[in-house]
Amino acid sequence: MKFTIMINEGPYQHQSADSALQFCRAVLAQGHEIFRVFFYHDGVNNGSSLSVPPGDDRLIQKEWSELSKENDLDLVICIAAAQRRGLMDEDEAKRQGFESNNMIDGFRISGLGQLIEGGIESDRTVVFGD
Amino acid sequence: MAMLHIVNKSPFEKVSFRSCLNHVKPGDSVLMIEDAAVGALDGTSFSDKLKTAMGDVSVYVLGGDLVARGLSEDRMIDGIKTVDYAGFVDLTVKNETTQSWL
Repeated sequence: MKFTIMINEGPYQHQSADSALQFCRAVLAQGHEIFRVFFYHDGVNNGSSLSVPPGDDRLIQKEWSELSKENDLDLVICIAAAQRRGLMDEDEAKRQGFESNNMIDGFRISGLGQLIEGGIESDRTVVFGD
Repeated sequence: MAMLHIVNKSPFEKVSFRSCLNHVKPGDSVLMIEDAAVGALDGTSFSDKLKTAMGDVSVYVLGGDLVARGLSEDRMIDGIKTVDYAGFVDLTVKNETTQSWL
């Protein structure tokens, strides 16, 4: 079965980023397909490369990045939500005239249409958030 | 078409759990995750409302989230089933649609 996952909460905010990660792992472990993971609202902060939690804490952004690499996941960040929160990839940073960018590997920036397409193309859409 | 209702807020903090129970249809399932896990406890100001709903819907709790809050299954309302993340995925497969009560 094909899944699209939507995440509306940032890492370390409450529990939803962790819940969504564990849910995605369980979906993949059962042989299902994840068509797309869409990050919206504060959820875009799951794609930051500049998070440095204490050494004994989990690094949620890296866990997403690694899960994406291992399973070829399509992790999409909403552009409007990302711009508001100061999160950008190399192309977007250039376009906006910034010298640096802060998006971790495995994520890409796109628009809400990607969420709608995910809903159409997938058998199930599951939402996590605050 | 059966729906899986996913609740993640404590019924003692937000009204979303109560709203959910006011909207469920017979044959639906309700899954308590995150802070909603405390709603599984028996003998609370909320337990009667959940017990009434359980006549029409199946109720589940994510076991890890229950234990993470220092709660154990022996304090739960009879009839609530404990699931792990694999069981969570199974519930989303079994029900045609899901609704997260954020």
